[in-house]
This record gives sequence, structure tokens and C-alpha cells, in this order.
Amino acid sequence: MKEQLQKDFDNTIGNLTLSQKDIEIKKFYLDNFINKGFPNRKEEDWKFSDLNQIIKKNIGELSFHNDYTSTNKVDTSVFVDGLEHNKIVFINGRIEKIDFDYEKKDQIEIIDQSETINKFNNNNALSDLNSAFTNKSFKIVVKEGYQLTKPLIIYHTTNSKIWSKNINLRLNFELYKNSSLRLIDLFRDTSEKNFINIFYNFGLKENSILKNYKVDRFENKNIKYSFNNIEQDKNSVSETFILSSGSNFCKNEINCNLNGEYSSAFVNGIFSINNNRHHEIRTIINHLTENTKSYQLIKSVLEDSSRAVYQGKIFVNSKAQKTDGYQLSKAILLNKDSEFNAKPELEIYADDVKCSHGSASGSLNEDSIFYLMSRGLNYQQSRELLINGFLLDVVEKITDPEVKNLIKNMIGIKE
Amino acid sequence: MDNRQKEIDNLKDYKYGFTTDIENIRAPRGLNEDVIKFISNIKKEPQWMLDFRLKAYERFKQLKEPDWQKPKYPKIDYQDLYYYSAPKSMKDKPKNLDDLDPKLLETYKKLGIPLQEQKRLNGIAVDAVFDSVSVATTFREELTKQGIIFCPISEAIQNHPELVKKYLGSVIPLTDHFFATLNSAVFTDGSFAYIPQGVRCPMELSTYFRINASNTGQFERTLIVADKGSYVSYLEGCTAPMRDENQLHAANVELVALDDAEIKYSTVQNWYPGDKDGKGGIYNFVTKRGLCKGKNSKISWTQVETGSAITWKYPSCILKGDNSVGEFYSIAITNNHQKADTGTKMIHLGKNTKSKIISKGISAGFSDMTYRGLVDISSKATNSNNYTQCDSLLMGNKCGAHTVPYIKNKNSESNIAHEATTSKISEEQLHYCQQRGLSAEEAVGLIVNGFCKEVLQQLPMEFAVEAQKLVGISLEGSVG
Repeated sequence: MKEQLQKDFDNTIGNLTLSQKDIEIKKFYLDNFINKGFPNRKEEDWKFSDLNQIIKKNIGELSFHNDYTSTNKVDTSVFVDGLEHNKIVFINGRIEKIDFDYEKKDQIEIIDQSETINKFNNNNALSDLNSAFTNKSFKIVVKEGYQLTKPLIIYHTTNSKIWSKNINLRLNFELYKNSSLRLIDLFRDTSEKNFINIFYNFGLKENSILKNYKVDRFENKNIKYSFNNIEQDKNSVSETFILSSGSNFCKNEINCNLNGEYSSAFVNGIFSINNNRHHEIRTIINHLTENTKSYQLIKSVLEDSSRAVYQGKIFVNSKAQKTDGYQLSKAILLNKDSEFNAKPELEIYADDVKCSHGSASGSLNEDSIFYLMSRGLNYQQSRELLINGFLLDVVEKITDPEVKNLIKNMIGIKE
Repeated sequence: MDNRQKEIDNLKDYKYGFTTDIENIRAPRGLNEDVIKFISNIKKEPQWMLDFRLKAYERFKQLKEPDWQKPKYPKIDYQDLYYYSAPKSMKDKPKNLDDLDPKLLETYKKLGIPLQEQKRLNGIAVDAVFDSVSVATTFREELTKQGIIFCPISEAIQNHPELVKKYLGSVIPLTDHFFATLNSAVFTDGSFAYIPQGVRCPMELSTYFRINASNTGQFERTLIVADKGSYVSYLEGCTAPMRDENQLHAANVELVALDDAEIKYSTVQNWYPGDKDGKGGIYNFVTKRGLCKGKNSKISWTQVETGSAITWKYPSCILKGDNSVGEFYSIAITNNHQKADTGTKMIHLGKNTKSKIISKGISAGFSDMTYRGLVDISSKATNSNNYTQCDSLLMGNKCGAHTVPYIKNKNSESNIAHEATTSKISEEQLHYCQQRGLSAEEAVGLIVNGFCKEVLQQLPMEFAVEAQKLVGISLEGSVG
């Protein structure tokens, strides 16, 4: 893999206009990655999902260079109907379109950061890989007091032109005081066997609100890793919703630092997977000051020989009195080969806190099925009704009514 | 004068902190094949036992000390320890209690285990382990009548080699982790109990461990086998003198329950926790594992952990037999600079297996407490159940309480439920108690005892009283 990485790196660098210093920095990250390699089960964070093995088994040899010189045609049929929205379109990792038609032009600033290397506050092999190979990255700034009228949908589209490729994406968002942003990540893949590595960085200033909905619904054979780093100032709110369903392997990581008083973070997630799919959500909520709040709810429905992993951590440092932290994960195993692993973790150094977590996994409740069947439903209907209700609980946590309806329609959950 | 006052003050906190002046025989300092041969030789062990030890030592040399645990400690120099220390008078083992060194008897009296009187008074059979050797076992005749074997493990190796050979290392294999393998190589003594088929052990069996000599690691090994349809309740207590240096305690405890058998294992661990500034104290790195080998068997662990500078142990149950049950009840209290990383593992292999975990952690002062547990339901363990509850109580913002459960469910017909909470003692409760005339400390003691009640109830009578008192003492000075 080392020669391949070196070769692809030289190719990638060749297409960029970087200063000697920046090339050095990128080289540094490349060397870091070469030393570490893809994470494997020996690392505690990857204990339940050995990425190294998964890539070997599903993809084999990866190549890291992508030719972004020619444009791809944007297929408008993938756009969401019935909801006016702003767009960012990625096709095979190349950014094709940035469109904030519905917003005031002077309130949103898009800064091309491709030529600047910014450090990512996360020290893992995949962020090194990302830093070494991302060739275009943007910073999107929402100005003070501006609230976007329409949601922003980021289309992550891949097609059959790419095969066994590694794609690295990076976006930075800065939400100034009193601003708000609704962001939907929509994954649509017709490609197979690629490894997509996405890093988002969010800075939330005082009173700002971020709502991020990640929807990976369409079946595909790609491997995805997505990392959200969220820094929150006073009174800010972040809401993250993850629908984890379509990809062969997908790991979503959320690292949220509650730096300001009265800031709060919500993470809600659904695993709805079948076949041999293997999905994971890992969250770290750091309560770093007084009066902060976090809430997490993760529900899984696992069919066939699928496997879901939830690793959630609530960290409370000794200054963070009056913290309120809650975490709940529930899983229904529908098949004898499905598997659910959880590691809900509390690390607490302050005494005046309210923290709790719960985790439960098991089969569908036979009593409930019996109840429904005795009222005239057949087995299949009863089962669907119960699963529907089980998942609806999480969807109902979405605070934005427009997006809630959109997602409900997408996954066919009825009220 | 000042020094003396200090000493007295210290003693008030840890009443078992005295040392006993008894001449010791020690193995040469350090760890090598010769030391292992020395231990084996002095115990007049058969060749197979020596082979067992040497095999373990070979393995040990390849193992790396684990470092994933939460409480970090300075590196232990395993070549700087004494692996064998025995009271000199034990060289020719006394035939009965009257031959015991009076100083030893006095020591145990101070510990509240008067071997002599106990023999006559209450019905608990005691095996006392002093540093590296078992010094006295009471009530032997009565137990023998029922066919129960309860003796030091070194004796069992001589007299019941077929049983020891069959079960030793069957739950904790030679090739297990670092400390367990070290123990397999150098263990010096411990207790052995065998309950024959269909026998309900008429009294509680009990072992008292005491580390006396300095610079000594204590490596004892306990093996309990409950044959088909039998029942035994086993108690374990531990104390050590106060010393400035840290002492290592790395014991192995193996339990085997055959068809329909039940083992109840209770521990009140009160090793010296170090002084107020975190100097000294015992490193308690113990491997405890029970195997529910037969159908309908049951193993239940109850532990009250108040001592040790660092506690690092996970009493576990392997539920291999169908319908077997594993239980784990724990109270862990850390104060001052104590650290604990403790919990359990429930490994469900058989059908219809059930496990229950109740863990209560209390941390005060500058201490740090971690519950770390594993519940693993394998794909064959159909219709299994687990219920876990871990609650932590924090006193002050200099301490920490952490929960790290690993939950693995590979069977769709099995259920796992896990709950954990972290909180502090509410002002209202304190106010209420103080209003009724309790001092702040008494009030905390009362509330904490209530918090722990679910676990305390599981302890046998004699231990419950001691444990309740310990809970109070351990938290002294943590309020106000």
C-alpha cells in the first residue's frame, strides 16, 4: 500500500498549486498515515469494527488519486422534490455546484480553503489521510444574526465511473452569533467498492443553532466514514440525526465540545440494516463547563446477519457542574445471525450532575405481536407496525417539521 | 512525640495497620526458574506441579503487562519482589492449633479472627493465610465427616492430586493474561474446597488473607469445586499492615460448579488503602473467574471493596451449562487517592442462561472509580437474559466516577438491559437526616448504606455487619 500511497500522493500534489510549505505539511500527514495504516481492532475506538479488515475484504487494493480536471454532469433527477433548498453537489468527490439561491448573498460567505491547510482537532489515522489527500475544501460562514430561510442539502453522489477509490471530503462551517443552519447530507451512490472519508468541522458561536441530518438510505456497496467535530459556545444548540442504512459499512463519529454555558447537544440515530451490513455510531460529548445538556437516542432494527455498534461517551469535567447527560440505545434483533454491540460510557469528574444511560437489546416482544394478531392483523403486519412505532420515536425527535416530513416520507414511516 | 501521635492518628483510620514481628523464611529476591523451583521444593510438590509452574513461567516471559486500565501506577519491578515468605515456625507445619506460634494467634485475634475461640463458638470454618502460607484451618473434622475437603491448596496438591490436576487451570488457563499467568507460576498457597455430590455445606467456609512481610507479593490461589447438586457459601477477607511502599497482590480464584450446584462467593476486601496522600497501599490485581460447567448451576459473586490503593479486578462468570445463572453484586468505595477499576464479565454460552449485575460505586476525596463490565451473549445462548444496573455516587468535584460497559448481543432471542446513573447525595436527604439530630457524617453513612442496601443484603450475616461498618469508616472525612 505504501508505494501506491506515495505514487498517488505525488499525482495529487502535481495537480494542485501549493506552496512548498504546504506540500511539506501534506507530506507530514501522509507519513503519519503510512505509519498508522487503517485503524484496526487493536485500537479501542475500532474494537467492534476493524476497518483495515473491512477494506481488505470488501475492496482489496485502494487507489487514492482522483482526477478532478474534468467536470461531471449534474443529474438533476436526484434532487429532492417538494422542498425548496440550497445545494452543494459532490459527484465522485468533486464539488460540482454550490448554490445558495434562496439566501441573501451578503449573509453567507463561501471561502475556498483548498490552498490553506487547516489542522483538524482529531488525531486519528483517517484525519491524516483526509488532510493528505483533500484537494478542495471550503469554509461556509453564516453571518451574525442570519438564519437561512431554506435548508441546505449536500448531495453526495457517486457513479460507476469510480471503482476501488478513496475519496476524501472536507467542509468547515462557521455559524456566527444568533445564526442558524439546517443541513441535510444525502447520500446517493450507484458506485461500488469505494471508501469515502468525510470530515466536517462546525464552529457554533453564541446563540447559534445547527441542525444536521445525515441520510444514508440507498443500498450501495461503499464503505463510509464520517466525522463531525462540533465546537459550541454559550447558548448554542446542535442537533444531529443519523439514518444509517444503505452502505455496506458506515461509521459516523460525532465529537461535540460544549464549551459555553447553557449549550446543548442532541444526537439521535437510527440503524435500519440488513444483509451483511455493518454500521456504527460513535459519539463523544464533552461537557466542559457548567449547565450544559446532552441527549442521545439510538435505535436499531437489525435483519439478516447485519451488525450494529453504538459507542457513546459522556465526559464531564470537574468544572461542569449541573450537567445533564442522557443516553439511550435500544436494538431489536430480527434474525439469529444479527448482532448488536454497545459501549455506553460515562466519565464523570463533577459531583452535581445528572447523568444516566440505558441500553437494551433483544427480540421483538412476542406479547405485543400476540396482542396485535388477536385484533386481526397478520404476523407480518404486526411486526411492521411494531418496528414502525419503534423507529418513529426517533424520527419524532427531529425538531424541524419540514425535514421531519421529508425523512418520514423517505423511509416510509407512518404516523 | 509528633511521630507517635501521627502513627496513632493513622492507626485510627486503618485499624489493621499493625505489623507482626515474626521471623520469616523468604525465597531469594527476584523471579527466575530457581525461585520457582525453590517454592515448589519447599512445598514438597510433585513433579507435575513444578511442570505446571515452569510452563506458566515460560508463558509469562512472553507476555506484556497490560496498560489499558484507567488507574495508572508506577512500573512494578518484578525482579525486586520476594515471591515467597513464610513464618519460620511454619516450616514444620503444626498438627493442630495449639502448636501455632502464639504471635500468629495474637495477630489473628487483633484481626477479629480468633482461630481458637472460633473453633468452639460460631460455625464458620476458617482457613487463615499469612503472607504466603496457610497457617490454620479450623473445623476440619466436622467437614470431613460430610466428605467436604477444605484445606490449604498446598495440602490438596499432596493429598488430592487427582482433583487439583483436573480442575486447576481449567477456568483460568495457564495462558491467560499477565497477572494470572504470573500467579500460576509463583502461587504459594490459598484454599481448596471440594463439596461432594449432593452435599449442602453445613457452615460458611472462610479464608482470611494477611500480608505481613514487606516487599512481598502475595500470590494465593483458591480453587473451589462444587460437585453435582451441592451448595457452598464461601467468605474471603483481607487485610495488610500499613507500609509506605506499594505491595502487589495478584491472586487467582477459580470456581467450578457442576450440574445443579451453587457457589456463593463473598469478599470483604479491606487491604491497606494507603495514607491520606496516596502513599503506600496494596495493588490488588486479582483474577476471579467462575465456570458454571453443569446444567442448572449457579455462581454468585458478592464483593465489598473498600481497601487497596488500586483495585483492578473483574470477578466473572462463564455460563456454559444450560439454564445456569450468574450473579454479581458489588459495592466499591474509594476515598482519598484510592483508585478502582472493577466490574464483571458475564459470558453466556449455554441456552436459557441468566445473569444479573448490580454494582454500586461511591467515590470521594481525590479518588477515581471505574465500573468496567462485559456482557456477551453468544449466538448459541438462546433465550438468555441479562440485567445490569450500575449506580455511582460522587462526593465532591475532585473525584471521578466512570462507567464503561461492553454489551454484545449475538442472539436474537436473548435480551440485555443495562442501566446506569450517576448522582450525588441530595441536599434534601442530608438536611432531613441532620434535622433529626444526626451529624453530617452519620447522615452520609446512613444514606450510603441505603444506596448499597441491595448489595449488602446479599452478604451472609456476619459479613453484612462488618461491611456496613466498613462503609461508614471508609467515608470518614469525606464530608464537610
